Amino acid sequence: MSFPLLTATAALPAIGAIATAAVPAARRTAAKWLALAVSLATLVLAGIVFARFEPGGDRYQLTESHAWIKDFGVRYELGVDGIGVALLALTALLIPFVILAGWHDADVLETNSSRWRPTQGFFALILMVEAMVILSFVATDVFLFYILFEAMLIPMYFLIGGFGDRAHSGSDENAAAQRSYAAVKFLLYNLAGGLIMLAAVIGLYVVAGSFSLSEIAEARANGSLDMATSTERWLFLGFFFAFAVKAPLWPLHTWLPNAMGEATTPVAVLITAVVDKVGTFAMLRFCLQLFPEASKWATPVILVLALISIVYGALLAVGQRDIKRLIAYASISHFGFIVLGIFAMTSQGQSGATLYMVNHGLSTAALMLVAGFLITRRGSRLIADYGGVQKVAPVLAGTFLVGGLATLSLPGLAPFVSEFLVLVGAFSAYPVVGIIATVGIVLAALYVLVLYQRTMTGPVREGIGGMPDLKVRELAVALPLIALLIFLGVFPQPLTEVVNPAVQHTMHDVQKKDPQPEVEAAK
Amino acid sequence: MSATAVHSLWTTAGEVTTAAPGDRFTAPTIEYAQLAPVLIVVGAAVLGILVEAFVPRRARYTTQVFLTVVAIAAAFAAVIGLAADGYATKNAHIAAMGAVAVDGPALFLQGTILLVSVVSVFTFAERRLDPASHGTRVDSFAAQAGSVPGSDGEKAAVKAGFTTTEVFPLALFSVAGMLVFPAANDLLTLFIALEVFSLPLYLLCAVARRKRLMSQEAAVKYFLLGAFSSAFLLFGIALLYGYAGTVSYAGIANVVDGSVQQIDPALASTMGNDALLLIGGAMILMGLLFKVGAVPFHMWTPDVYQGAPTPVTGFMAAATKVAAFGALLRLLYVVLPGLTWDLRPVMWGVAIVTMLGGAIVAITQTDIKRLLAYSSIAHAGFILAGVIAASPEGISSVLFYLGVYSFVTVGAFAVVTLVRDAGGEATHLSKWAGLGRRSPLTAAVFAVFLLSFAGIPLTSGFSGKFAVFKAAADGGASGLVVVGVISSAIAAFFYIRVIVLMFFSEPKADGPTVAVPSPLTMTTIAVGVAVTLVLGLAPQYFLDLAGQAGVFVR
Repeated sequence: MSFPLLTATAALPAIGAIATAAVPAARRTAAKWLALAVSLATLVLAGIVFARFEPGGDRYQLTESHAWIKDFGVRYELGVDGIGVALLALTALLIPFVILAGWHDADVLETNSSRWRPTQGFFALILMVEAMVILSFVATDVFLFYILFEAMLIPMYFLIGGFGDRAHSGSDENAAAQRSYAAVKFLLYNLAGGLIMLAAVIGLYVVAGSFSLSEIAEARANGSLDMATSTERWLFLGFFFAFAVKAPLWPLHTWLPNAMGEATTPVAVLITAVVDKVGTFAMLRFCLQLFPEASKWATPVILVLALISIVYGALLAVGQRDIKRLIAYASISHFGFIVLGIFAMTSQGQSGATLYMVNHGLSTAALMLVAGFLITRRGSRLIADYGGVQKVAPVLAGTFLVGGLATLSLPGLAPFVSEFLVLVGAFSAYPVVGIIATVGIVLAALYVLVLYQRTMTGPVREGIGGMPDLKVRELAVALPLIALLIFLGVFPQPLTEVVNPAVQHTMHDVQKKDPQPEVEAAK
Repeated sequence: MSATAVHSLWTTAGEVTTAAPGDRFTAPTIEYAQLAPVLIVVGAAVLGILVEAFVPRRARYTTQVFLTVVAIAAAFAAVIGLAADGYATKNAHIAAMGAVAVDGPALFLQGTILLVSVVSVFTFAERRLDPASHGTRVDSFAAQAGSVPGSDGEKAAVKAGFTTTEVFPLALFSVAGMLVFPAANDLLTLFIALEVFSLPLYLLCAVARRKRLMSQEAAVKYFLLGAFSSAFLLFGIALLYGYAGTVSYAGIANVVDGSVQQIDPALASTMGNDALLLIGGAMILMGLLFKVGAVPFHMWTPDVYQGAPTPVTGFMAAATKVAAFGALLRLLYVVLPGLTWDLRPVMWGVAIVTMLGGAIVAITQTDIKRLLAYSSIAHAGFILAGVIAASPEGISSVLFYLGVYSFVTVGAFAVVTLVRDAGGEATHLSKWAGLGRRSPLTAAVFAVFLLSFAGIPLTSGFSGKFAVFKAAADGGASGLVVVGVISSAIAAFFYIRVIVLMFFSEPKADGPTVAVPSPLTMTTIAVGVAVTLVLGLAPQYFLDLAGQAGVFVR
């Protein structure tokens, strides 16, 4: 039997999480270094997975399959396809930056209790989330995926509720109340989505008699599994609802600004750049593959919801006074683009959507983490409290600008490629939809540039003078991310090569042909 | 003379032809070996009473705990022995002249009840939590149950260092009744088992050391409502006897499915009358639904759970539910399978209001014990969904769920006993604020139990919920599954609220402390956590066990 590489990639952070949690209370710094080392080792394993993955090979590679719960028809089945491998790499790549950026976020201010170990807990929870997200990207058993999809809520919940942003307006008590409100809202929204999905998962088993993705897809393809149209639609809705909450799609998005606003910035990055990707990823993998007919049936409505997300998210971003909430609404707009790309049902659209997931992860991480450094310095999230930062902290302002430009999809930076592909894909299938979606781009320029102008330019505000520039640790977070954004902006091939064959498989599942002769993906 | 009368009452099961009226009284044949689990427990309970009478006060506690644990362990060994002899599968058998079934479900449930009882007895025996009074270490039970609260007699009893060691034999009697209850194969045995396990429970509810008036009030409520439900059950039994001319399950089932046409001359006017069957069946169901705490027969649950000494609450919540659902399953599957279409809509309704009612009312609770009580009501609803599945899969999923649920429940109530302030256990939710800061481990353990109750994946609660929902969906009850997930979402809210309180709220200055328990309670909690995690991650072995045990003998 070959070495279970995928299991190892997921198990390493899980074991690391337990080890980190077990570090004695006094050795907080050791816990941080341990967590960082584990995340880097996971990155190495993810790199090996990426290198061993052959774009032209089987659909699912590095597969593993073991019996697990026979009575439920559940197997521990793993396998990675082009979409999964891209997201797995993204996750493994971002976690070290998240850990590094959150280096001091869980430091103990008051040491009234020797048994209370928030630092260890913070880093252990991040690693636990990483393990679950990685496993969910490679799970090819619906039940296994479902379990991870739900279980990852618990560590996320503690990360949001237990470790608040120190930069808040108002009293400590008020902040704690808002934070726990945000955490509970996050959990209830996602849990409700997950439970609806549970009903659909059970329904799927009753209909299909199996949880194995490949078995069900095969049975559907050769006609041995005939789902009634209404059944398929109900099951599709059950799955889609959960993913739309997670993604998040308008009108199920309202938990995201709360969660991202109240959480510390590394955790906010974890939510939007990593965990939410599971939702859009699952739409591609489960909704389209298991319920192709129902997906096509629901396409018009979903496209409209995606368009609303794009425009509504961007409009609300323009109106925000709080930096973190602004980025949260920008993310909602971007998730609209991803969903649009997926359900345009063209190969450009879906390749674009997959690339978008990766690029959005990188650009949001860059923007949000630098914003976090800024907020930590001033102790406020309000845009009005800033001004003239570029005069006192030019490096900070510069990295913030690059992150912002990536967010508005400036050509030459990675998100441009994916946004372009999504729009081309959408336009070729539904011209009107493509046109409306471009409004989102215009608004993106507005909210990013206005944000930059208000915070970084102009006269130096009170409280900004003497603000230190980025330190070594912070540069170690910001610079690699920016380098990656530029690299993937001019040279996206490594990603498109792995993603495209997988997209062709999905397109085959939904039996859709591109509306016009195949165009080589841009560039 | 009376021989015949008595005779026709309790030996009719399949013996009608051999026992003609006027025969000499023949001694019933009793398969002692097959009844060993029950007999051991009853024997130990009787011994326990003798211990109370003859052993010096100093030595009673040790003797009782030892006797109780050994008896339960021996009974469990007997259950395992019977299962190993194949009584759970191919040798399934009806013992004691048709009164008691020895089959898969019975043995599985008896095993579960015994295991849950032994960990509950550990919490009964806990003596490190309450501060020692007058130099004696005391448990959760009153110094002298008979003394009036606040009276001089009570003070004297406390000063003398009395303790109520009678709780151990009482618990054993209750366990004995619970062992018979899911195995009862005729209606009278069912009724007697019900009374045998209920009466000691009424007493146990009344003997709390702290908040004695509340405890006694709880006991009175439990007793009155319990008596009421017993009356319903008994009336139902009478009607079914009128319908079938027999109280044996097999005999009634034969009449229901029409394979017996021969009419008892004494009952010629009523036998086979469907009105009697339906009303009688419904009344018996009412009695059983009362015991499982299903809406609308749940009114006693919150008061009794709150008032009873917490170790008793844990024991009652777990073991009673197992026994009562066992009896309900047997009754529905053996006696009334032909009634599927008549009773199903009613059971659907009960399951739906139980799931939703328990979950919704729990949201407003401010006391942790009441909250767990309503949570147990919601869980009864989930289990009912599996019961309604009416398939072998339904049986095994219910068996599995009961096993899962009972250990989590005992564990959760054991944690409740640890959180204390000057007035004893601090059960008001506001006092739990910030517990996660003060005692991270205790709070984490309780959070694990709550997540399991909420049915979050990777805990046993999820495995159980998935099993019953899958069985229900397979059995054509998709509507129940949808209601089930909705009420799970509602229920998640209040479980999460407690977690928020424990971890995200600032601890209050005058908050409770977490007592350090003896290894006894620690064992109970550790078993709960272990079961929660093992059955969450690798439930296959136990699903197999429950699957094999899924066939009733008739």
